[in-house]
Amino acid sequence: MSVLATALYLGPAALLYLGAGVVLLADLIHGRRAVTGLLTLVTLALAAVWAVLQIGGGAQGPILGGAIVVDSFSLYFTFLLTAVTAAVVVGTSEWAAKVEDRGEFYSLLLVSVGSMVLLVQSNDLITLFVALETTSLAQFILAGITRNERSSEAGLKYLLSGAVAAAVLLYGFAFLFGMAGTTSLPGIAEFVRHAGDGLRLPLILAFVFVAAGVGFKMAIFPFHAWVPDVYQGAPTPVGSYLSVASKAAGFAVVLRLFYTGLGGAGTPITHDWAMLFGVFAAASMLFGNVGALVQTNVKRILGYSSIAQAGNIAVGIAAVAAQGTVGPSGVLFFLGTYAATNLGAFLAVNAVSERLGSDEITSYAGLFKRAPMTAVVLSLCLASLTGLPPTAGFIAKVYIFNSAIQTGEVWLVGLVAIAVVNTAISAFYYLRWVRTMILDDPEDATPIETPGGAQGVLLLASAAVLFFGLWPAPLILLAQQAAAALLPA
Amino acid sequence: MIPLQNFLVLSALLFGIGFYGVLARRSAILILISVEIMLAAVAINFIAFATYRDPKAFSGLVFALFVIAVAAAEVGLALGIVLRLFRERRTANVDEASSLKW
Repeated sequence: MSVLATALYLGPAALLYLGAGVVLLADLIHGRRAVTGLLTLVTLALAAVWAVLQIGGGAQGPILGGAIVVDSFSLYFTFLLTAVTAAVVVGTSEWAAKVEDRGEFYSLLLVSVGSMVLLVQSNDLITLFVALETTSLAQFILAGITRNERSSEAGLKYLLSGAVAAAVLLYGFAFLFGMAGTTSLPGIAEFVRHAGDGLRLPLILAFVFVAAGVGFKMAIFPFHAWVPDVYQGAPTPVGSYLSVASKAAGFAVVLRLFYTGLGGAGTPITHDWAMLFGVFAAASMLFGNVGALVQTNVKRILGYSSIAQAGNIAVGIAAVAAQGTVGPSGVLFFLGTYAATNLGAFLAVNAVSERLGSDEITSYAGLFKRAPMTAVVLSLCLASLTGLPPTAGFIAKVYIFNSAIQTGEVWLVGLVAIAVVNTAISAFYYLRWVRTMILDDPEDATPIETPGGAQGVLLLASAAVLFFGLWPAPLILLAQQAAAALLPA
Repeated sequence: MIPLQNFLVLSALLFGIGFYGVLARRSAILILISVEIMLAAVAINFIAFATYRDPKAFSGLVFALFVIAVAAAEVGLALGIVLRLFRERRTANVDEASSLKW
């Protein structure tokens, strides 16, 4: 394939990297002006449009000797990741204007998204590892970008746990490579499908290490220890970016590794890793929800809630035995709706804490009387996180639990029962927050102003939450198409 | 020729020692060194597998090179953050970096 055609396929990632360089240069030349934010937005928009054109125009297929594959799965995530990041940039422009290292912030954000785009496209262990580390390194700096003790501490904790996770992941990769003799994911899948009983134990050993390594990115129990600390210590815009984009990329990698790389359904070890993810799912839900119950800091509540939500999503991975693509498409659909929901919640919290200077839940008392729109959007997002109709969170939960029940396996039905009980527990802290905002009286009734950019994104997020709650068909169709690309043709 | 198992045992031992160090050490610098030991174990694994399984395919050796490069980048970044934390707090111990608690 010609260089030009390869560049066409790699467009979004290349654009994002290029944009990162341009933003740095512009920052150098223009100093503290707002031009960097604008350039970042333009880059993200161009990358998203490019991805949409690729979905429609068919610039798809394996490139660079099969190390990278552009298919409907990677394009789904390319669009999701760029859209989410653009929303974060718009929604937090007011915060960014006060950051000393604004150019670096935007530049690192673009590097991190660009690497995530490469990550969801990688079809080879080496590409996957390099993309994963590039995005992680950028995220470590982002977490510590503001010059205060808490931010540095969040960055250090994130980095140390991330480095250990990377080593564990690599150890698993080494064994996969050692057994299969290749680093290409389809090649490994070929090997796994024909592996005899003697290789089952070493394969299990390898994928346990791999699952532990990527579990860190997905933020599932027991690899979650960094989550509440980083969400609280890192600036909220970074927290919202990590909780949505980084988690989505983590799940994309898991799907790619376990469906394409370990052969998906019907291999000698499918049942083993499905069970492993089932245990992760149950433990994450229980731990996340119980942890969130006792928190009084809203950022920590959101941190624990995102651990619990990761548990919900992992149910879809455990449901690998379900017919066709219903398991992975549930994961994709859930991630799509979760992106809108969690972004809405995080940006609303960011808008409020910018004004109040406090993240305690008590300071949210009577928010409805002080900032009606923000309070309504936040309530809607919290309802969606709980999984109440008519929000998108409801459809996503029903879809993903349904995929588990469809497998007809008893332990998965039990897992769904655990998930339903957990939904009830989570309703307690989500709805308590809503009640505090709407029913309680504010100590100080002065109105809180939400900046224009944040208002726009909040409205957009709540519109998406309602739209996909009432009419989920288009997104479900896209998710199913994307998931179909994972399965061997 | 030395059997492959010897390399795998060496690598497993190193990995275990590194992991123990991560859990037991308090200083961020020592934790970093422990992570480096874990990554060295991984690199040994890759090189051993590459040599014994398929001497003509280079992907294992390339992987080991990437592991080394990324590890170096990680250390550079980590030292930067540790240095900044040290300036603010005069300590590099992670358990004293605990303004964030649940």
